[in-house]
Amino acid sequence: MQESIDVDKLQLTKKDFESDQMVKWCPGCGDYSILKSVEKVFPELGIPKEDFVVVSGIGCSSRFPYYMNTYGMHGIHGRAAALATGIKLANPKLSVWMITGDGDSMAIGGNHFIHMARRNVDLNVLIFNNKIYGLTKGQFSPTTPKGSKTKTSPQGTFEAPFNPGELVIGSRGKFFARVVDTNPKHMAEIFTEAAKHKGASIVEILANCIIFNNHTHGLITGRETKADNQLYLQAGKPMIFGKDNDKGIVFKGTSLEVVTIGENGITEEDILVHDPYTKFPGIHMMLANMMPPAYPAALGVIRSVKADTFDKEVWDSVEEEKKTSPLKSMDDLLRSGNTWTID
Amino acid sequence: MVSTKDKVVELEHAVIRFAGDSGDGMQLTGNLFSDSTAFAGNDFATFPDYPAEIRAPQGTVAGVSGFQIHFGQTNIHTSGDLADVLIAMNPASLKANMNWITNEAIIIVDTDAFIEKNLVKAGYESDPTIDGSLNGHLVVSAPISTLTKEAVRELDLDNKSAQKSKNMFALGIVFYMFNRDFKQTFSFFEEKFKKNQLIVDANKRVLTAGYHFAHTIEAFANTFVVEPAPLEKGLYRNVTGNLATAWGLLAAAERSGRNLFLGSYPITPASEILQELSRHKQFSSVAFQAEDEIAGIVSTIGASYAGAIPVTTTSGPGLSLKSEAIGLAVMMELPIVIVDVQRGGPSTGLPTKSEQSDLMQALYGRNGEAPVIVMAAQSSADCFYAAYEATKLSVELMTPVILLTDGSLANGSEVFKIPRVADLPEITPPVVEANDPDYQPYKRDPETLARRWALPGTEGLRHRIGGLEKENGSGNVSHDPLNHQLMSEIREEKVERVAKHIPELEIIGEDEGELLVVGWGGTYGVMLTALEKMREEGKKVSMAHFKHIKPLPSNTEEVLSRFKKIIVCEINLGQFVNYLRMRFPGIEFLQFNKIQGLPFLVGELKEKFEALLNE
Repeated sequence: MQESIDVDKLQLTKKDFESDQMVKWCPGCGDYSILKSVEKVFPELGIPKEDFVVVSGIGCSSRFPYYMNTYGMHGIHGRAAALATGIKLANPKLSVWMITGDGDSMAIGGNHFIHMARRNVDLNVLIFNNKIYGLTKGQFSPTTPKGSKTKTSPQGTFEAPFNPGELVIGSRGKFFARVVDTNPKHMAEIFTEAAKHKGASIVEILANCIIFNNHTHGLITGRETKADNQLYLQAGKPMIFGKDNDKGIVFKGTSLEVVTIGENGITEEDILVHDPYTKFPGIHMMLANMMPPAYPAALGVIRSVKADTFDKEVWDSVEEEKKTSPLKSMDDLLRSGNTWTID
Repeated sequence: MVSTKDKVVELEHAVIRFAGDSGDGMQLTGNLFSDSTAFAGNDFATFPDYPAEIRAPQGTVAGVSGFQIHFGQTNIHTSGDLADVLIAMNPASLKANMNWITNEAIIIVDTDAFIEKNLVKAGYESDPTIDGSLNGHLVVSAPISTLTKEAVRELDLDNKSAQKSKNMFALGIVFYMFNRDFKQTFSFFEEKFKKNQLIVDANKRVLTAGYHFAHTIEAFANTFVVEPAPLEKGLYRNVTGNLATAWGLLAAAERSGRNLFLGSYPITPASEILQELSRHKQFSSVAFQAEDEIAGIVSTIGASYAGAIPVTTTSGPGLSLKSEAIGLAVMMELPIVIVDVQRGGPSTGLPTKSEQSDLMQALYGRNGEAPVIVMAAQSSADCFYAAYEATKLSVELMTPVILLTDGSLANGSEVFKIPRVADLPEITPPVVEANDPDYQPYKRDPETLARRWALPGTEGLRHRIGGLEKENGSGNVSHDPLNHQLMSEIREEKVERVAKHIPELEIIGEDEGELLVVGWGGTYGVMLTALEKMREEGKKVSMAHFKHIKPLPSNTEEVLSRFKKIIVCEINLGQFVNYLRMRFPGIEFLQFNKIQGLPFLVGELKEKFEALLNE
């Protein structure tokens, strides 16, 4: 359905998706660039504009649906995955985009999030991970690094954070990608990949909260440090990064290791080649786990495995039952089994 | 010689209770007796009584499973107060049911099970069948286990399989007592065990053996017959409340021309609705078993936005978990039917027992001013019509509806006259046409105040909704103080105006007088029976029984004000009576409450009402 539509014929532009509502994020918030990237991607997907539904939970990120001129729903805290699942199951033709944050989907909505990933509902999920509760003004979230001092952790947090990628892969998710809010071009490319992938396509966006957690991703996004702390993954390409493009990832023993090409006899041949399509999650999990300063953060599509989607299986089963069931109407059902007549 | 078989006593109605260990197959035995009752043309109602545990320790009182059937040649509205016949397959089942039988009840026991070990487990110090404690009862002592073994001796059946059919021996005895035909039961065996002819033969033999045993030992001075009831002409079946609820929802979806979506999480005693709806994908209905109660309702809200007939089903604790999401549906003014099969609470409470204690939660259990339509089904068969009407109101008026049923209705069964779907009221959801230039998300029908349903995928209707307060008309987010007041009042008024779409309150009995007995939901049958008995005795008493709770029928106050005394009866501590007191402060209400996980008994209601008349 969606794929057969000619993009040019639809002639959609960014304007078609801009809403008339005032965008009320803080000046300098990373969410602005995410919004721009989504507005850029939607017209290029070949999907009629009325077939998009943008769904969210609660939090700064979750105001997103109001800022897009599509069908949209701003739900309740943590429940975006359940809303999106219901929408997609009721009408699988729709392109459903779920917008959520680290609090919304890793804390209060954790349960719905893992089950959405496990079921492989055909959704596109954007997690704005700023590692803080912004809308409630600065409490720690489940992704806040251990020891961080926040309004509710004056001595620093005592709890280990979640890594969204690890959670997705651990929940048997089939697609996981990571982007940074400072690279709109890459965001657009990866959002397009997510849209094309059938199933729960989950993208973590390292987003900056300028007010309550400024520079939390600083090592990864900082102008001076980013080259040594970002690894752009591409399918079939060696995992090479660094200011001088001379660093690479190798698999050694039971873990990944950063090496320098040209040192200790290492050549480009020795560098691990990225395979997002393998169903084995081991390397994907390790890639998702890499974080500075010991490793670069892996960006791009880390995992992309083909599998039947939940909504498709449900509706295939509906079609099958329609064909095979002797019950064609409720009148048939009401009269099936043990009945008797009173004359 | 005149055989006892020839002496037949006609009964107007009778109550039989089958009781045994939870593995003894008492539910099946009861259901088979129900089927034969249907074919005998009686009206009837049944109720299963089983423990919360799947297999509680064998032989203990906690592990007793029971099934009661009340059948008659007149209309039957309840599964009966006390049993006239008790089948007790072991000492524990006798012990557990002694309070639930009449003083003259006939008791059939399996003497093979009345051995020292079982007596001790049941807490008996001596064998009640021989120590005189059952004096006054006719006790039919049958070595059922031995005779079952004997009956299948010629078949190549191991002892364990043979013993599984001993419940059929007991059924054979009861068939003899009530002059029942085997035909239906035999065809059931042939269908159910068609893959194992040996089991078919064994069951047939054991059933026949029980029948002949009762005849041969001349256990009864006479047998009984209950003549057919004067039921309207038509096609009938037996339904439990949960089955009727599921089918009412499906019928409404079909009539509306839209697909049903159920988002639900298993919970006793509501799971059967989810199970039943999971079986009917052929009607393009999707039953989604969610990861929790919250996802159950929230996925349904998503499906509602996308245009499905939206249903979620649960029981009390689940309704608590759904509260926030119900508020979201109220704010977004989307349809959703929330079925709450009430059970004993609070917390986990009494999962397998019935109660009417979720009423206040249904009416008010949310943050903010969050009015919804609240209805309550009045009988197992009425669950069909209540579910149908709840769906119609919800989708036509774009308003959440909470439909209350309860454990007694859900698991109890009664005779149901099968309707034609085409004869049910039309359901026309207010779906917006593509590119409607007048469309605004919160523009309302001036009559009903309902907004319209604009479905994703429709050209020219893109819009956003959500949990933040909306501006009336445009639906844009609004924090305007006056708009919030307006919207709060509109949401309340919209629900109150539903009174125009529901029937007026009916009075059974005189239109005015000394005493009006009032109830709601699942107590209908037992209250009606008490009322009918009193009126047969010439006593002046009337009844008003509520199916619609919010809004109340428009003539409620006027009806109530015609009576000198009003007593409100509920299986809780007085939730409806307090709602009525709040709505009608000028009217005085008495109350009668019971909260034991058990339904009212006709006898206790009658006694209470008579005392009020005599005051």
